[in-house]
Amino acid sequence: MTTVVPGALVPLADRPAARGRWGSVLRTPVGIGAAVLLAAVLVLAVVAPFVWGARAEAVDTDAILQGSSAAHLVGTDNLGRDLFARTMVATGLSVRLALTATLLTVVLGMLLGAAPLLLGRRAGRLVTAGIDIAVAFPGLLLALFFAIVFGVGATGAVLAIGVAGAPVFARLTSTLAAGVASRDYVLAARVAGVGRFRVLLRHVLPNIAEPLVVNATIGAGGALLAFAGLSFLGLGVQAPDYDWGRLLQDGLSGIYRHPEAALAPGLAIVVAGLAFNLFGEAVAKGIGLTSATGVVARRTAGSDQQPVTGRGPVAGEPVLDVEDLSVVFPGAHGPVRPVRGVTFSVGRGEAVGVVGESGSGKSLTALAVARLVEAPGEVTAARLDFRGTDLRTGGDRAHRRLLGTGFAMVFQDPMTSLNPTQRIGHQLAEGARRHQGLSRAAGLARAVDRLRSVRVPEPERRSRQYPHEFSGGMRQRAMIGMGLMGEPALIVADEPTTALDVTVQRSVLDLLAAIRRSDDVALLLISHDVAVVREVCDRVLVMYAGRIVEDLPADRLAAGRHPYTRALVATVPDMAVDLDAPLPVIPGRPVDPSAQPPGCAYAARCPLASDRCRAEDPPLVADADGRRVACWHADEVAAGAVDGELAAAGAAREEVA
Amino acid sequence: MTAAAPTATGTPSRRVTDNPWLTFAVRRTGRLLVSLWVLVTASFLILHLIPGDPVRAALGPTAPAALVAARRASLGLDRPLWEQYLDHLRGIVTGDLGSSLGSSLPVSRIIGQRLPATLELALLAFLVVVALAVPVGAAMGVLTRGGRRRGGELAFSSTSTVLGAVPDFVLGVGFVYLFSVTLGWLPVAGRTGPSSYVLPVLALAIGPAAALARIVRVEMLTALRSDHVRTARAKRLPAWQVVLGHALPHALTASITLGGLLLSALVAGTVLVENVFSWPGLGSTIVSSILEKDYPVVQGVVLVYGAGVLLVNLLVDVVLSLLDPRSVIRES
Repeated sequence: MTTVVPGALVPLADRPAARGRWGSVLRTPVGIGAAVLLAAVLVLAVVAPFVWGARAEAVDTDAILQGSSAAHLVGTDNLGRDLFARTMVATGLSVRLALTATLLTVVLGMLLGAAPLLLGRRAGRLVTAGIDIAVAFPGLLLALFFAIVFGVGATGAVLAIGVAGAPVFARLTSTLAAGVASRDYVLAARVAGVGRFRVLLRHVLPNIAEPLVVNATIGAGGALLAFAGLSFLGLGVQAPDYDWGRLLQDGLSGIYRHPEAALAPGLAIVVAGLAFNLFGEAVAKGIGLTSATGVVARRTAGSDQQPVTGRGPVAGEPVLDVEDLSVVFPGAHGPVRPVRGVTFSVGRGEAVGVVGESGSGKSLTALAVARLVEAPGEVTAARLDFRGTDLRTGGDRAHRRLLGTGFAMVFQDPMTSLNPTQRIGHQLAEGARRHQGLSRAAGLARAVDRLRSVRVPEPERRSRQYPHEFSGGMRQRAMIGMGLMGEPALIVADEPTTALDVTVQRSVLDLLAAIRRSDDVALLLISHDVAVVREVCDRVLVMYAGRIVEDLPADRLAAGRHPYTRALVATVPDMAVDLDAPLPVIPGRPVDPSAQPPGCAYAARCPLASDRCRAEDPPLVADADGRRVACWHADEVAAGAVDGELAAAGAAREEVA
Repeated sequence: MTAAAPTATGTPSRRVTDNPWLTFAVRRTGRLLVSLWVLVTASFLILHLIPGDPVRAALGPTAPAALVAARRASLGLDRPLWEQYLDHLRGIVTGDLGSSLGSSLPVSRIIGQRLPATLELALLAFLVVVALAVPVGAAMGVLTRGGRRRGGELAFSSTSTVLGAVPDFVLGVGFVYLFSVTLGWLPVAGRTGPSSYVLPVLALAIGPAAALARIVRVEMLTALRSDHVRTARAKRLPAWQVVLGHALPHALTASITLGGLLLSALVAGTVLVENVFSWPGLGSTIVSSILEKDYPVVQGVVLVYGAGVLLVNLLVDVVLSLLDPRSVIRES
């Protein structure tokens, strides 16, 4: 069933009405233009009959059917009447009829649309069914039908266009009202015994008024065009009255002799229609968009360039070698750098975890090393080597085969990450067919084989199914199977279990671990879940505000030397946790990447923060074992300086809550 | 018919089976039947809803009473309403739609003569809409993704807004002025050869094409941002394969619902455009019949237009179900 409302604009998010938003519409160029145009049309509709009325009716038998001249800008009609004056005067009738029809549409549409709320379930459903059938027919066809029923003439046309618009408006009203009617405050009013009609009037209508007004404005433009159409066909306004449609019809018959007679009313129709339309759209855009443009402090370039020593303990040739990797996006107030100078490497067969809160830049780091960040995002790095090949040089084409066979990606949500309209087998085979020259049959055979190896039951049958026929865990295993189609040296898994049911998370993690062990594949596992990373990985990179703040062996996480690492670990409950005590949380909020402080980004949340922390960002320094940490107070943390603080902070927060 | 009504309202049907395709077919057929019934009843009611006596209105106030009575009898207007209704239904099934009050020709023959011209116009216009809107919209989507080429985006969206806002009959008049009157390239009206098709088809197609191109661009942007297109890029497929193989099918599937609405609006648009170009189709027939109060013809043409729209809607749903297997499940 088509549930769209044709041409209707529905609010993106529910927000209480704010006066300022209507004002903000008038600050955009399109908004101002449309508002001026609409005001001009409306003023003209009122004023024109007084200004040009006499001229429009003045019969001049000496000047019949003339072309444009100094005396008659667009010529004269068959009675010698001035057509410019008539086009101007016609604004009044055209706009008046269109607005009357729109008013009828709005009233009828709101009554029909509110019917399900007022009449109760059964009768309401019948009305809804009727609306569903009616909206399937184009408005013009409905208008034509009602024009037959209501009779030829202006009154009939107003009724016809008004009634014909009602179903769409009713659908819009009921869609919006249904959204509001299930909200808590409406339900509360119902429970409190407020009558249906009163609920509608006091609680529902005020909350959907804005989109209704916007759509009515756009609808008025449509009604104006429809009216011009009916009059043009001879079914609307009848002589001696005239509107633009009528003038256009008269003008068309004489278009060879003086085309101005047809072009002037045609232009008027287009301009007036656009005025209503553009104004409505501009308002809709102004009040519908929820672009949160925060205030961003301007930062001096290079202030976050930090001296970096070491890139983690990697023996032999690393699979992935990254140095000083940054990602920059253009922001509303200057560039934003969600990833700032990240340096690390991943050895052959090594499993490296990346942990951090959301917004710490860990997923973006993964996308950046995979060369999947698209413009306007920009990736810079001093080094970005995969299996000894510099990925920074050459376009996509140069590394297609290398990355297509050796670099596997597993994304967070397997439901959206697989193409919903293609069969699983085809999706797996696609890359192998391109990069390894497999035939269609060979590609599918390998896909079946890989599905079997990632423990998808009945792989032959399953390979012919669509993603929606798979369970969540199976989809993610298929996704991993996709990465195994070549001979991967590295699997980058970005939150591979976050979107999955807890019960299947384990099997996916086990699968990744098994693949890594048996095929000597390196794994870069991005997760916000410290417990997962600690279990699967050899080494952990802790990210905060776009930087690596600590790099340490997974089994040493509890002994981290960065207060943020300690805080992360402290939030993970284990078997020894006192169930009566409140769970600890990290106090404060992550840093907005568009407003980085000059010093350590964690300083605002850190119990050990000193003046130096707030002024100077600590460099990531390696110790003798190759463990790296970026903290001025690393030694104090190692000595246990924050252990008590964390528990206290957790308790304090619990009390506030 | 009342038994089928709940199907249209979306209550779970008792006949639901495990096979989503069967459920889809049953439901969709049920909705089609209900819509057809509404259409047939509406066309029947035309004769009874119009103010005054339709026969007197058609024959004029000076016609002798005996002639009016004879015409009433031949239309069956002297019989009980339910009998007339059954007759109407029987006539539609057997293809007997009565005869014109003016020319006495059978309505079915008039429709047979006029329908091909309208069908040609609508189908050609539809082809032009798709041929223009899909490549342009998709290309603009690719070119302006991620906020690139702001200038191009502005030019495209303002051009398509203005083109989409010009009603087809005004555009037709403008074309006549430009290409027929001023340049003399193309015939001003009628259906006299290949060149006479150009202006009516373009007048009908350009507005919907502009609207559809906008929709395709927006859906293309959405598709290019989607996770599964990122997966396709992660497979390191060449850009053309990512766009044509993954993003475009998705964008088109998402555009079909709104595209279908445009298409059925295009069917209705033939009425106006035919009258601009004196095109000998159903659109000019229905308008002249309304003005001449030739109600049997009006009833017949209303039925054909309505059935055309229902057919388009059905086609859209079937195509959508084939392209996006999930839509079948949503439907169920």
